[in-house]
Amino acid sequence: MAATRARRHRSYAINRPSPAVTIVSYALLVAWAVVVLFPLYWLAVTSLKTPLDVNGGPFYFPFRDFKPTLESWRYIFVDLGEDTFRPYLNTVVVGLTSTTITLLLGSMAAYGLVRMHYRVRFAAIASFVAGLVAAVAVIAAGGPWQLALLGGFALFLLLLQTVARRFKRALGNDDIAFWMISQRMLPPVAVVIPIYIFFQQLSLLDTWAALIISYVAAHLPIVVWLMRDYFQSVPLELEESAAIDGASRYRIFRSIVLPLAVPGLVATFLFVLVFAWNEYLIALFLTSANAQTLPLTVAAQNATRGPQWWYMSVLIMIMITPVIAMAIALERFIARGLLVGAVKG
Amino acid sequence: MSGQLSARPVPMAASSRWSLLVARLDRSAGAVFILPAVLVILIFSIFPLVASLYVSLTRLSFSEGGIHLTFVGLGNYAKLVVGIDRTHFIGVTVPLTPLTAAVLFVVYGGFAFLLVRYLRGPGRTVLGFVGRLVTAVIGGALVWLVVDTVMTSGRPGTLVVTLIYVGVDVSVQYLLALGLALLVVQRLPGRRFFRVVFLLPMMITPVGVAYLFRMLTDTSKGPFYPLWAHFGLTDVSWVTNPWGARLAVMIGDVWQWTPFIFIVLLASIESLPVELNEAAVVDGANRWQMFWAITFPQILPATSTVVLIRLIEAFKIVDLPNVLTNGGPGTATESLTLHAYTIWRALDIGGSAAVAYMLLIVVTFVGISYVNLFRRRVTAMA
Repeated sequence: MAATRARRHRSYAINRPSPAVTIVSYALLVAWAVVVLFPLYWLAVTSLKTPLDVNGGPFYFPFRDFKPTLESWRYIFVDLGEDTFRPYLNTVVVGLTSTTITLLLGSMAAYGLVRMHYRVRFAAIASFVAGLVAAVAVIAAGGPWQLALLGGFALFLLLLQTVARRFKRALGNDDIAFWMISQRMLPPVAVVIPIYIFFQQLSLLDTWAALIISYVAAHLPIVVWLMRDYFQSVPLELEESAAIDGASRYRIFRSIVLPLAVPGLVATFLFVLVFAWNEYLIALFLTSANAQTLPLTVAAQNATRGPQWWYMSVLIMIMITPVIAMAIALERFIARGLLVGAVKG
Repeated sequence: MSGQLSARPVPMAASSRWSLLVARLDRSAGAVFILPAVLVILIFSIFPLVASLYVSLTRLSFSEGGIHLTFVGLGNYAKLVVGIDRTHFIGVTVPLTPLTAAVLFVVYGGFAFLLVRYLRGPGRTVLGFVGRLVTAVIGGALVWLVVDTVMTSGRPGTLVVTLIYVGVDVSVQYLLALGLALLVVQRLPGRRFFRVVFLLPMMITPVGVAYLFRMLTDTSKGPFYPLWAHFGLTDVSWVTNPWGARLAVMIGDVWQWTPFIFIVLLASIESLPVELNEAAVVDGANRWQMFWAITFPQILPATSTVVLIRLIEAFKIVDLPNVLTNGGPGTATESLTLHAYTIWRALDIGGSAAVAYMLLIVVTFVGISYVNLFRRRVTAMA
C-alpha cells in the first residue's frame, strides 16, 4: 500500500504542468465547458418561462429579463403526475437491468476473445446458413414457424456432424468480433418491424422484458469491443501465476481480471446505461401505455401547436439528473493508478 | 477451442465428484465465456436481417383483407440507383469540370501510389492485393460521387450527405475528444469538475438534443438572436441555406457525441502504466515527444475501436436532421436513415428496407476496409 502511494506521488509529479501550460489548459477547458453548459443553461431557463416568454424572443436571465415561474414543473409533476412517474420507473428499471446484463455477458465474451483461441469453421457457418435458408423457405411457403425452425435446426446439426467435418478452414477471434459489431450496422428503421413481430409472437409487447432483451442484444457488441481493449491491457503474468496456483478460469476472471479493468468497466457501464436510458425508436414500437419510457414522453411534447419547449425542458432535466449523479459517483474510478504496482518488474 | 494459458489447474481431490465437475467446467471455459453473447446476438440479428432483406424485395400494397406483399425482385434497388429515386438517393451528377477532374486526378493518383507501394513492399499477398484493389475501386467511386455532387453545380443525394456527415463528424469529434482527454489527465485542480461536465451532452436523449438545437438555432426566438440581428438575418431562417442547415446538424452531432470518444480515450490513457513516462522524464523528453512516442501508440487500439463504433453509429444519424430541419431545405440535410424513415412513413416499406440495405452495404464496406487497412496494423503493433 505504501509503495502504491509512493508511485502515485511520482505520477503526480510527472503530470503537474508548468504555469504557462496551466493557464492555457484552463482557458481551453473553460471554453469547452461554456460550449457544453450554455445549451443546458438555456434548457434550465426555458423550464422557468411561460409559453409567452419563450415565444417573445430571447430572455436570458430570470428575474432581470423575465419573471420565472414553476408552472411547467407543476404541469409535469402534478397534472401529468402518473404519466411522468410510470415512464420514469420504466426507464430506471429497464436501463439498470439491461445495462447490468449486457455488461456481464459482454465482458465474459470480451475476455474469451482476448485470452482464448476460437475457430469457427466455414463449413459450420455454411451448414447454419443452409438450415436457415430451409427454415425461411418453409415459412415463406406458409408453413408454421415453430416447425420450420425446428427442421432448420435439425438440418444444421445433421450437416454439421456429417459433411462439415471434412472441411477445416476457419474464422478466428477477430472475425467473430467483427461479426458482432456488424450487427449494429443495420439502421433501426429496418429492425423495428421484425423485432415487433418477434415480441408479438412471444406476446411480450409492452413489457419490461421486451425492452430489456432488445437493449441487451443491441448493446452487447459495443461492450464486447470496448472491454476487449481494457482486458488486453491486464498483464498476462498475473493470470498465469494465478493459474499455476490452481485458480480456475472463472476465478481468474472474477478476482483478477475484472477488478483490474474497473476504469474500463465503469466507462462502459456509463454509456451503455446512457444508450438504454435514451433509446427512442425501439421503445416507440415495443411499448404503449405500460412500459413506455421517458424519451417517448419527451417526444410527445411536440404537439400540434408545435414543440412545447417549456415542458420538454423540464422533462429533459429530470431525465438527466440521475445519470449525472451516477457519473459524479463513478467518475473517481476512471483514474490512473489502479494497475500501478500490481506487477513487479 | 483451447486456452492461451498452458497451465491447467490441478484438481486437489480428484476423487470427489465436485472437483471433477469444476475441472470439466474449466476445460470448456472458452465456450462458457463466449456462447451467451453469441447466442443473444445471433437470435436477435438474424431474424431482422432476413426479414428486411425479404421485405426489400417486395412492394407493400393494401388490398381487401389486409396487406399484401408483392415480390418485385431488385426493383426497389433499381429505383434508387437508376430509377425515379436516383436524384433523391445519389443526387444530381454533372459532367467533369476542370476542378473536379484535378481533384479526382490527385485522389486516384494517391490510390495508385499506395497500391504500387503495397505490391513492392514485403508481406504482399494475393488476397491482400485483391482486397485493396476492391477498396480502391469502391472508395474511388464514392469519392467521385462526393466530388461530383458537392464541388459542382450538381446536388448531393442522401448517400453523399450521409458520407459528409460521417466524415466531418467523426474526425472533428475525435480531435476534440483527444485534446480534451489530454487536458483533463493533467493534475490540475478542478479537473474532476471538467470531466463530469464534458460528459453531459451524451446523457441527453438524442430526440431531446435535436429539439434543444432547434430552440438554439431559431433566428428570432433563440439565444443568438442579437447575432442574427446584427447581420440582418432574422427574417431569413438560416436553415434555408443547404450548407447552413448541414452545418447546424453537424454542430449538434459533434456537441452530443464528442463525450463518447472523450470518455473512452480518457479511460484508456488513465489505465496506462506510468513507468514509461517516468523513464522518459528521466531521459529529458518534453511533453510533445512523450505524447507521440509513448501515449499515442499505446492508446491506438482504443482509438481504433472507438472510431469504428462512432463510424457505424454516425452512419445512422436521424434525430437531428429530422427534428432540426426535417431533412430540408428540399432533401439537403436528409441522411440515409432519415430517407428510409420518410419513405417508410409513406408506407413504402419495401423501398425503405432497400435504402436500409444500401446503408448496410456501404457501412459494411467502410467497416471492413477500416478494420483490414487500419485496425489490424494498429493491434499488431500494440
